[in-house]
Amino acid sequence: MIAELGHAALWFAAALAALQMVAGFLAVRAGEGSEIARLVRPSAVVQAALASIAFAMLLWLFAITDLSVKLVAANSHSLKPLVFKLSGAWGNHEGSMLLWVTVMSLSGGLIALAEKRLPERTMQATLAAQGLVSLGFYAFLILSSNPFERLPVPAPEGLGLNPLLQDLGLAFHPPTLYMGYVGLSVAFSFAVGALLTRQVTPDFASAMRPWVLGAWVFLTLGIVAGSYWAYYELGWGGYWFWDPVENASLMPWLAATALLHSTSVLASRDALRVWTIMLGVVAFSMSMVGTFLVRSGILTSVHAFAVDPERGSFILVLLGLFIGGALLLFALRASTINEGQRFTATSREGALVFNNVMLSAILAIVLLGTLYPLLTEAFDVRVSVGPPYFNPVSAIFAVPMLVVMAVGPLLRWRQDRLERIRPELALFAALVLVSLIFFGLVTGVAILPLLGLALGIGLGVASFLPLRGRNLKRVPLATWGMIVAHFGIAVALIGMASESAFSKERLAAVEAGQSTQVGPWVVTLSEVMPVAGPNWTAIEGRLSASYDGGEPVMLTPQARRFWAPPQETTESALSTRWNGQLYAVIGDRTPDGRWQLRLWWKPLVTLIWYGGLLVALGGALALVGRVIADFRRRRIARRIVERRAETEAIA
Amino acid sequence: MSALKPKHQRLILVVLALVALIGAGLLAAYALRNQANYFYLPEQMQADPPAVGQAVRLGGMVEQGSLTTDNDGVTLRFAVTGNDGSRIPVRFSGIAPDLFVEGSGVVAEGRLAPDGTFVADNLLAKHDENYVPKELEGMSQMQAAKMAEETTVGIE
Repeated sequence: MIAELGHAALWFAAALAALQMVAGFLAVRAGEGSEIARLVRPSAVVQAALASIAFAMLLWLFAITDLSVKLVAANSHSLKPLVFKLSGAWGNHEGSMLLWVTVMSLSGGLIALAEKRLPERTMQATLAAQGLVSLGFYAFLILSSNPFERLPVPAPEGLGLNPLLQDLGLAFHPPTLYMGYVGLSVAFSFAVGALLTRQVTPDFASAMRPWVLGAWVFLTLGIVAGSYWAYYELGWGGYWFWDPVENASLMPWLAATALLHSTSVLASRDALRVWTIMLGVVAFSMSMVGTFLVRSGILTSVHAFAVDPERGSFILVLLGLFIGGALLLFALRASTINEGQRFTATSREGALVFNNVMLSAILAIVLLGTLYPLLTEAFDVRVSVGPPYFNPVSAIFAVPMLVVMAVGPLLRWRQDRLERIRPELALFAALVLVSLIFFGLVTGVAILPLLGLALGIGLGVASFLPLRGRNLKRVPLATWGMIVAHFGIAVALIGMASESAFSKERLAAVEAGQSTQVGPWVVTLSEVMPVAGPNWTAIEGRLSASYDGGEPVMLTPQARRFWAPPQETTESALSTRWNGQLYAVIGDRTPDGRWQLRLWWKPLVTLIWYGGLLVALGGALALVGRVIADFRRRRIARRIVERRAETEAIA
Repeated sequence: MSALKPKHQRLILVVLALVALIGAGLLAAYALRNQANYFYLPEQMQADPPAVGQAVRLGGMVEQGSLTTDNDGVTLRFAVTGNDGSRIPVRFSGIAPDLFVEGSGVVAEGRLAPDGTFVADNLLAKHDENYVPKELEGMSQMQAAKMAEETTVGIE
């Protein structure tokens, strides 16, 4: 019954999305004040409620492990802890797509309820575009991946969830990424709405900005969480593999970062109109490409869990329809939009444009590198593309971008001279040069980590320079957001550079009682014990690790064996200090009875994720600042109207 | 520099973006030709070996009875065989994946050493019942067909 209820809610929601789309487009054609226009906003709101009901039903099915439902039987198990039963609801293809449409319809409902700044006609066009995008995804769900499908005969027991996914990381990682993807779909709808009604104005940018910011914050969090999860769960000691699935989340992030900055320029300076629209389309295309790459399994990935080539083609068709349509519209309308205000090369806009172009170039490089194996496969040549390509080639564009990023926020809008900020420039240049010389000559670091360290240190200091000579209490929240986010990039950069420059690795086979060394650590294997969990058994190594002769800490890496489904995983053990992390993995038993240990000492590695969190925090601060400012403006506007009504009444 | 006319400004923006993107594309194409990590089957590696030190991947079956562990306990030596009896010795230092056993499929990432041994940095094996490295999908079928052929020899 619950499954049928969810299924019905999904159909009704799809019908409302169709209504929202048709009514929206008709209202745009009919012009102001048509009857049908009144249907648009309510249908978006009701659609959001229905999609939420459908998703709640799916959660319910997973919570009670209803094994007559195919999806539950294939992905859950009655003995699994409740939190993993629930997170299992979106740890598979159908459930994750349902989550996607739920979040998408919720954001549609929210703009329908709350967004009052834009001309009504533009809003209707926006909601119509949103309805069209949603309808595509509803069709995808209902026709090719119905999560509520019943089994003819209920299964006696579920097949279980992939053990790699039985982790709290999973409970948060996909939903945050999806919220990012979906936020970009809202930005896309705004861009289409603005193009249709030729209303590419600063108001449009202000309305779109919170969505881009929100999407960007969630994408950042999703990438940070995914990276840390892969780091400790896969047991390879790496935080980024340039794997297609990782690139699928990085590409929308790059596009969203560019979009975020150009939206700011449009909102506050009324410049870069066409460019912003273009980026809005590109950013959502990248989310669709990402979904396609992840869901189709067309590329080999270590993270591909819910893969089905048949469905890939459906997403490809949707991608072609949405993006092709948007690009066509763009080609038809772009020439009718003025470029807006002018600016010189040495101005804040100039710096933002430069970095926008650099981000787009990096995006192109990642995209080409990700798709290259597909291209060669057509000629029956199998290749994989990894760090030797991505690291140096993206650095070519990342290095100038980081330099401009340190300088740009110091420049004035519209027109400025570099001489005006000479002391700040000198400080930045000196910091970078001194770090280059110090790390290059004294410690002999390789070129890429060296550049990373030097630019990270320079940018870390430079990111606070916009505060010079200002009253700290009166700096707007959004400016703090920018400073924190830029500082976060510097912190993450230092973390990455230091991880690749100073990591120490040790691979050894040791007997119980023996010690081995990695960097400043002495690690002793005390004993190896069998242990058992709710749905697994494991071999657990008990290690005592002492940093520089200090108090030893206990580490317990495990090699786990799950039985539903049968699979083995490596559970790494971490010991975190302020200046880095010790990472330990236990391997196989050698024929002569010793145990394989793999140990890494990674100085400052945690800065990567702290930096990422700072970036997200900066985005959140900016978002809160903008929303508060918007509320304040609305309150003032309301008060002016009241005041005017009063004076009129008195008159 | 004075502010440009809007029309010129847009033109400059478009040109700048195009130059950067085309530059990025050319650079990517150039780098991909050199840096892509090519996949070899043992017979391909024997017939036309890659340059010593170039990062490549080797995929095949772990030969029965070839797997040994060195005295240090962490260096594995085994041979990867192809479909026509070709055979490449492999050395790997590290923790082998969970389902890495003799007779199973494996993809080794690494480079060819001057002595003809393939030195692997990483091994990708089948990591659960359902997952097979993409390169081995076709291969295991071939292998299965071959095995079926061998086991049915003499049965009419």
